[in-house]
Amino acid sequence: MIRIERRLTEARWLVVAVPLGSLLGAAILSSIILFLTGHDPLATWARLLDRGFFASGAMSATLVTATPLLLTGLAAAAAFRMQTWNIGAEGQLYLGAIGASGIGIALRGQPALVIIPAMVIAGLATGAAWAAIPGVLRAYTRTNEIITSLMLNYVAGLLMTYLIFDSHSFWRDLSSFTARVFPQGKYLSEAASWPSFPIGGAVIPLGLLLGVVAAAVLWLVYTATRFGFEARVIGDSRAAAHYAGIRTRRKIVAVMALSGALAGLGGASEIGDFRHVLDPRGLQQASFGYAGIVVAALARLNPFAVIVVAILLGGLSNAGFSLQGATFPAGLVGTLQGLILFCALAGELLVHYRVRIGRPGRKAPPLSQVGVA
Amino acid sequence: MVAAGQVPAVTMRGISKRFPGVRANDQVDFEVLPGEIHALLGENGAGKSTLSNILTGLYRPDEGEILLRGKPVVFQSPRDAIEAGIGMVHQHFRLAASFTVAENLVLGHRDAADRGLLLEPRMVEGRITDLSQRYRMPVNPRARIWQLSVGEQQRVEILKALYRGARILILDEPTSQLTPQEADDLFQTLRLMAGERRAVIFISHKLEEVMAVSNRVTVLRGGRVIGTVMTKETNTRELARMMVGREVVFTQKKEGPAQPERQVALELRGISANGDLGTAALREVNVTVHAGEIVGIAGVAGNGQRELAEVITGMRRRTAGQVAIRGRVMRGGDPLEPIQWGVAYVPDDRLGTGVAPSLSIADNLVLKAYRRAPISTFGVLHPRRIRAHATELMQRFNIGASTSQTPARQLSGGNIQKVLLARELSSRPLVLVANSPTSGLDVGATDTVRKLLLEAAGRGVGILLISEDLDEILALADRIAVLYNGRITGIVERQHADVEQIGLMMAGAA
Repeated sequence: MIRIERRLTEARWLVVAVPLGSLLGAAILSSIILFLTGHDPLATWARLLDRGFFASGAMSATLVTATPLLLTGLAAAAAFRMQTWNIGAEGQLYLGAIGASGIGIALRGQPALVIIPAMVIAGLATGAAWAAIPGVLRAYTRTNEIITSLMLNYVAGLLMTYLIFDSHSFWRDLSSFTARVFPQGKYLSEAASWPSFPIGGAVIPLGLLLGVVAAAVLWLVYTATRFGFEARVIGDSRAAAHYAGIRTRRKIVAVMALSGALAGLGGASEIGDFRHVLDPRGLQQASFGYAGIVVAALARLNPFAVIVVAILLGGLSNAGFSLQGATFPAGLVGTLQGLILFCALAGELLVHYRVRIGRPGRKAPPLSQVGVA
Repeated sequence: MVAAGQVPAVTMRGISKRFPGVRANDQVDFEVLPGEIHALLGENGAGKSTLSNILTGLYRPDEGEILLRGKPVVFQSPRDAIEAGIGMVHQHFRLAASFTVAENLVLGHRDAADRGLLLEPRMVEGRITDLSQRYRMPVNPRARIWQLSVGEQQRVEILKALYRGARILILDEPTSQLTPQEADDLFQTLRLMAGERRAVIFISHKLEEVMAVSNRVTVLRGGRVIGTVMTKETNTRELARMMVGREVVFTQKKEGPAQPERQVALELRGISANGDLGTAALREVNVTVHAGEIVGIAGVAGNGQRELAEVITGMRRRTAGQVAIRGRVMRGGDPLEPIQWGVAYVPDDRLGTGVAPSLSIADNLVLKAYRRAPISTFGVLHPRRIRAHATELMQRFNIGASTSQTPARQLSGGNIQKVLLARELSSRPLVLVANSPTSGLDVGATDTVRKLLLEAAGRGVGILLISEDLDEILALADRIAVLYNGRITGIVERQHADVEQIGLMMAGAA
């Protein structure tokens, strides 16, 4: 008989051992699949690691992918720490991209020192404003923020599509005939491209640096400020927070806005570091907002762990692209990535629960035999 | 009723159960005869709940064996225990509030009323009526649980166990939420069941009721059995000594001359408020508490006590009336206002409202002071000062925990209450509202809490003490007000207090 029991205490070593064990489990499971489909598991793994992290330029590419994952991961962690379930990082990232690209286009001709800070601020502000909508609804009308923030993702996606494909908006490029027939956004000026910093063979985009700073700030806010203390109390017990005189409603709005600002910064970095144009299709295909939830969960809401997880998942995702080809179908790549995530999340269960394989003991004798009835 | 040489209904031999850091049960031997009401007496943490959880199949013992009618059994799950005829009535009821009595009885129970996936509660209504008449526990099978009083809900729990054929019935602190009259009715029912040679295990830490209802008493302390005695051959003093391990004398308020010129600390004028369901819970309540005075609010829970405490502390909006602290009227409806005005509050829901359970002791001790210097300046907390603050208060209030970083939920009830009182009293309040401050605490912790309340009153704090424990109110309060159905039905000086009359007022009969 197999039972799953809640652990009475959570041993510290499990926090390290379980993720490692999960990775090992994923490696074994996917090796079986690779073997069955006629691929050499070891060679595939070696290629995966190489393309993700070690090949020339691989790390730089990984860091570009990791940047939005880092920021949306932080966005999710910021909200989840207070038991506020912002599922809307996806939409908040779109809004950040809209805001940053809008200000970037508007400030065309200005020097980088003006445009780039303006883009950062615009991304933060638009993401925060978008997230404040479900925040206000949650705080003052007790609407479920999971549903409202999720639904607003679709609204944000459609808004972005509208701006480029279905209107002659400020964001759309209408300067040439082809641009009018095949809709696309206005490209930003050269000065609006965010700088990057080569360090030890890898190129670090500005967005990633901002993300690392944001992780540190988030950690400080949650551990060392009044704001963070209140958020911790609310996250633990709303009744205790009310009792202690904490303004829970304002706090919910503030934390949602903080979360949205981080996701919005992710959107701004996508524009400044990478795309340089508002690209509705590219952004929606990437689904960085949803992936951020996974990042935050794997990092157990620890901001510094979010950095590590974002880079690992970024590498995994990039390596997947380079693996697929004639002999290696895209479906198989997805299967491998899925298995790794699946094992990592399933392993989380083992931190809190243990599986007990009990010998089927003697059953209680029936009433008649005991002589009770 | 208890004859020698019978085969015991339950025999537990050498039961041990360890949890990380504690031996909850250590070589416990325990037996119950058919037809016997056997009390299991002990302080909180003595191992009573662990032992009953083992008997009901929730835990598996590390060592030892269980015999039912002399035959060894091993329970893999609570279902096995239920099938073996063991029924448990928990202190906190396990009933589905929006379902009817009949539905609750058949829920999760496979028998004749079970038609595949469909439940047919109507079929069992007749049997419920039979059972409830036989054991004098009137209850309407079609009533929904939320419509019932606490006493009625308990009857449903007992009926549920009987309906499932329990021959061995375990009741965990069954009187903790009952009026004295309801408790007497319960004892009658238990005697009827024992008369049918069912075995009744009665878990309690109240000495008087153990003396009143049981045939034998087994006392647990620190996970071990201290002894089993015949109730006829013992007395409350001996039981208390066995339970605590020393002589116990409860703290009493010294009779002091009244000081009529003392300042008014708290004044309630015509307070009305609604309960959670939107119905009137308080009706024009007037109470005055002077500095240094303890005013007791007696009454059975659910008569507006919680609402009264919440209105004073801003956690609930009033519909009429005024709350004044030292003559200044509060706006109300905002918990921060009374905190800043010097109103301390010990809520009845300690873990969850009074403290944030996952936060550390140190954090909980600054749950209200975190806003001000020296704990924080310009929005930044000072962890070292928080720790120093915690160390000082843990020493001063004798809070038993290894470090100030221990999460509050890992503390015993008594230590949680000390954390709460340490925080509230160290804020130098003018008024303290304490709701059921000793409920569920063991003898030692109860005494500590009472001493702290008396010391606070001695320093001039005006205390509104809400308690269901009439003995406690009689021991501590200068004046006693009785709350019944949202109204104050009478206020008496302690010197003139007549227990019988207060009891009648509590039941709304005076």
